[in-house]
Amino acid sequence: MIAGLANRLAFSGPVWAPADVAAPPVAARPRISPITQRRIRNFAASKRGVWSLWIFVLLFALSMFSEFIASDRPIVAVYKGELLFPIVVNYPEAKFGGFLATTNFRDPLNRTEIEANGWMAWPPIRFSYGTVDNNLPRAAPTPPTWAMAPEQRCAGYPQGDADPECRLGNWHWLGTDDQGRDVLARLLYGFRISVLFGLALTITSSIVGVLVGAVSGYFGGWTDLLTQRFIEVWASIPSLYLLLIMSSFIAPSFWTLLAILLLFGWVTLVGLVRAEFLRARNFEYVAAARALGVSNVAIMWRHLLPNAMVATLTFMPFILGASIVTLTSLDYLGFGLPPGSPSLGELLSQGKENLQAPWLSITGFVTISLMLSLLVFVGEAVRDAFDPRKVFQ
Amino acid sequence: MSTLLEVEDLQIGFHMDTTTIHAVRGISFSIEPGKTLALVGESGSGKSVTANSILRLLPESAEVQGTIRYKGRDLLTMGDRELRGIRGNDISMVFQEPMSSLNPLHTVEQQVSEIITTHRGLRRAAARAETLRLLDMVGLPNAETRLDDYPHQLSGGQRQRVMIAMALANEPDLLIADEPTTSLDVTVQAQILGLLQDMQRRLGMAMLFITHDLGIVRHLADTVCVMTQGEIVERGDVADVFGNPQHSYTRHLLAAEPSGAPPLADPDAPVIASTENLRVWFPIKRGVLRRTVGHIKAVDDVSLEVREGQTLGIVGESGSGKTTLGRAMLRLLPSEGRIVFMGSELSKHGWNEMRPIRKDMQIVFQDPFGSLSPRMTIGEIIAEGINVHMPALSEDERERKVSRALIEVGLEAAMMHRYPHEFSGGQRQRVAIARALVLEPRLVVLDEPTSALDMSVQAQVVDLLRMLQTRHRLTYLFISHDLRVIRALANELIVMKDGKVIEAGPAADIFANPASAYTRQLMRAALTDVLVPPPDNDVLGFDKSTAQRGPQ
Repeated sequence: MIAGLANRLAFSGPVWAPADVAAPPVAARPRISPITQRRIRNFAASKRGVWSLWIFVLLFALSMFSEFIASDRPIVAVYKGELLFPIVVNYPEAKFGGFLATTNFRDPLNRTEIEANGWMAWPPIRFSYGTVDNNLPRAAPTPPTWAMAPEQRCAGYPQGDADPECRLGNWHWLGTDDQGRDVLARLLYGFRISVLFGLALTITSSIVGVLVGAVSGYFGGWTDLLTQRFIEVWASIPSLYLLLIMSSFIAPSFWTLLAILLLFGWVTLVGLVRAEFLRARNFEYVAAARALGVSNVAIMWRHLLPNAMVATLTFMPFILGASIVTLTSLDYLGFGLPPGSPSLGELLSQGKENLQAPWLSITGFVTISLMLSLLVFVGEAVRDAFDPRKVFQ
Repeated sequence: MSTLLEVEDLQIGFHMDTTTIHAVRGISFSIEPGKTLALVGESGSGKSVTANSILRLLPESAEVQGTIRYKGRDLLTMGDRELRGIRGNDISMVFQEPMSSLNPLHTVEQQVSEIITTHRGLRRAAARAETLRLLDMVGLPNAETRLDDYPHQLSGGQRQRVMIAMALANEPDLLIADEPTTSLDVTVQAQILGLLQDMQRRLGMAMLFITHDLGIVRHLADTVCVMTQGEIVERGDVADVFGNPQHSYTRHLLAAEPSGAPPLADPDAPVIASTENLRVWFPIKRGVLRRTVGHIKAVDDVSLEVREGQTLGIVGESGSGKTTLGRAMLRLLPSEGRIVFMGSELSKHGWNEMRPIRKDMQIVFQDPFGSLSPRMTIGEIIAEGINVHMPALSEDERERKVSRALIEVGLEAAMMHRYPHEFSGGQRQRVAIARALVLEPRLVVLDEPTSALDMSVQAQVVDLLRMLQTRHRLTYLFISHDLRVIRALANELIVMKDGKVIEAGPAADIFANPASAYTRQLMRAALTDVLVPPPDNDVLGFDKSTAQRGPQ
C-alpha cells in the first residue's frame, strides 16, 4: 500500500492546475423532461382515460369524507351554549344526562334533550356503516325508501307520517341489508376501505416486487436463476386455498389480510422489472457509471430504476384492480375483513343470500364493475401514453 | 440516352406531435441508365429519407410532395399494385444494417427465392438453382452449403452479400444502396464495394448510392450531389466536385478528415499502465451439465505498456477483442494476467478496492447516445463521479467543477441543466469526455469515441482530445478501427486480430512500414484515398477503369 502511494506520488506534479475559466453562476431551470411532457399530453389526449381518472379520483375523495356524508352522529351541535363536534370527539352520554360511555345521538331521548337545549347539524345521511335502523317499516332487508308507497315509508316510526324523524336524512336511498343497516352508507365506507386496501397492497407488493426483480435482473447469474426458480414454485401454489386456510386460523384484520395477500401478490411485477434490469444493465451509461466507481445500489437506484418505473407505472392500475378483486372475493367467501366491516364482498354475498332483495346485488354489482372499469380505462390510457410508438392525433 | 429516374422538387415533411419537420426541401436530380449517382451528406441531411421515398417506403406520418418519375411513370401517384411490380423488380434496395434487414427466422434460400418466385413465378427446383446462381455471383463462399443457414450464422459481410443477391435477383435497372457498407469492417467494406461495382458492370444497372463517406464516393460514383439540411447544395461530376468544390459546405466536408499528428512522445516518460499476458476468455458451455468445452479467447496473452502523457492506439476490426481489452484494463471485466496501474497491481483488487483507483482511470464510450442516461441532466451526469470520489465537496464547489469541465470541452456552463436528447452527437460526446475529465484522471480509455460521429465532428473531437492531452498530460488508450483517427492521435500502436497482438510498435513506424500482411491489408482498405492513390488493379476489387466503362 505504501509502495503504491509512493509510486503515485512519483508521477509528475500538479497537472490539474485550476483552469483559468471562471464559472459563471447558472440559474437552475427546473422543469419536466420532454418525455414526461409528451406522456402527459398523450394521456390527456385519451378522453376516456382522463374522464375515468377524474371520476375515480372524485369518488375516492368523496369516500374519504364518508363521515361527513353518512354518520349516526351530527357534524356539529350546540348544547347549552357549548359548541360540540360529535363527529370527531367522543362525548360520554353523561354530558346529556345519560349514563353510557358513548352517546347515541339517534336515541330519541338524547335527541330531544339536545334539541331542547341547542341544535344539531346532521350529515345528509344519518346512518353510519354499522348503524342499525330501529324504525324500519318492515323486516330487513327493506327496499329503497323512494321505492315504497309514501304512507308505508314512515310506518316504522312511533307517530307514523307525522313523526318529525320521518325525513329525507333518514331515508335509505339504496335500501337496507338484512341486518337493517343502510346500504348507501356501507357502500361509501366499503368503497373507501376497498380502494385503501387495494392501494396499500399495490404499493407494498410493488415495492417488494421491484426490489426482488431489480436484484435478480441486475446481478443475473445464480442470483437470477435461484430467484426465478423460487418464484416459479411460489407462483404455482394455489394461493386462494392457502389464503382460505390461513385466514381461518389467523384473526383477519386489515393488516393481517394485507400481509397474507402480500405474500403472494409481490410476484406480479418481478418478471417485468427483472427484464428491464437485464436489458438496461448492459447499457453503456451503466458501464460508464461502473467505470466511475458508482456503487451497485446507486446504479440500480439512479440509472436502472427509472427505466423499470415506466413498466411498473403502466401496470399499477391493473394491479390495483386485481387487489380490489382479491379482497372482494375473500370478503364474499367470508374470509376477509372482520365481521361488521363495510365491504363490497359482503354486500355481494348478502345479495346472493337475499335474492328477494335485488337492490343488494344490483348495488354491489354496479359499484364493483364501475370501479374496475374505471381502473382499466385509466390503465389503458397510461399504457398508451407510455408507448413511444403510439401516435395520437 | 434518356433518363432512368427523375426526381423533381421533392419535398418531405414529418408530422411530429404538433410541428412539421421538413426533412427534404425541394431537391431535384436524375440518373442515367448504367450510371452511379452518389448522394452525400452527414447524418440528418435527408439523404436516407430521399432514398426511401423513391419506393414509397416512408412511414405514414411523412408527407411527400413533388414528382419521382421512373421511365416516365410517376412513382408517387401510381397504384399499389403497379408499384409492387416495380419494387424489387425494376428498382431494388440494399440497406445499411444487414442484420436487421434480413428476417432472422428464414433461411438464406427462403429469403432469396421469395423475391424470385414473387416476381418471376419460378417453381421450387428452378428457384433453388437460380438462388444458387445468384449467391455464387455475389461471391458467397460455399453457396450450396449455406442455403439452409440462418442470417445469424453468417458474418456481416456475408449477410450484406445475401442482401445484394436479393436486390439483384431480378436484374433491376436501378439499385438504391443506402449506406450499404457503413456497418462493416474496412476490409469487408472494400470487398462489398468491389462487388457492387462488378455487378453494376455486368448487369448494366444504374445505382443511387447514399453515403456519408467521401472516400467511397470518389471511387464509385460518376456524379455526386452534396446534401445538407434537406437541400442539395452542390452537384456535378465527381472529379469536378472533389477537385474544385464550389459550395462552402462541400469544402467543409472535404476538409473534415481528422488530421494532424500526435504530440511528441518522450520515450523516457514513466510507464503509467501495463499488462502482462492479459487474458479474457469466455467459456463455451455445452450439454445438460453445462460443462466447459472450450473458450472464446476475446483477449489472448496481451502485454502492453502505456507511458504517461502518450497515446497507445489499439487497432483491429470488429471482434478482434480491442474493446474487451480496454474494459478488462479498467477491471470492468474479469481477466487473468497482470494489470499494473501507477505502481499498484489491479488484478488483485476487488470491486471495493478498485473504487478509489477509478478516479484516476476513466473511459469514454463509442456511442454518445447510449452512454448518457436520458433521464439525468448534463450536470447530474457529470457530477456523478464527483459524488462518489469527492463526497465532501459543497454544492457550490461541485457546480463550479462541473461548469469548468463543460467549458473545457468546449460547451457552455449553462448547458448543465439540459437533458442529453437536446444535444447533437458531437456535443454528447463532449459531455461524455467532460464526465471522464471532471475527476482529473491520469489514464483515459477511449473506446471508439469518434466512430458514431459525423466526419466533420470527428475531426473536432480529435482536436479536442489532443488539446486536453497536452494541457493535462493525459494518457490515452485509444481504441479504434479507424486508422485515420488513430494516425492523428497515437504515439504507439497495437494491431489486434482475434484477441492476439499482430503487430506493435511506434505508430509512425507501423504506418510507414507495416510488417504483417494483415496490417498492410487493413491500411490499404482504410487509407486508400488518403495515403496512396488507388492502384489500377486493386486486389480488393476497386477497379475504377473498368467500372467507368459501363455497359453499352
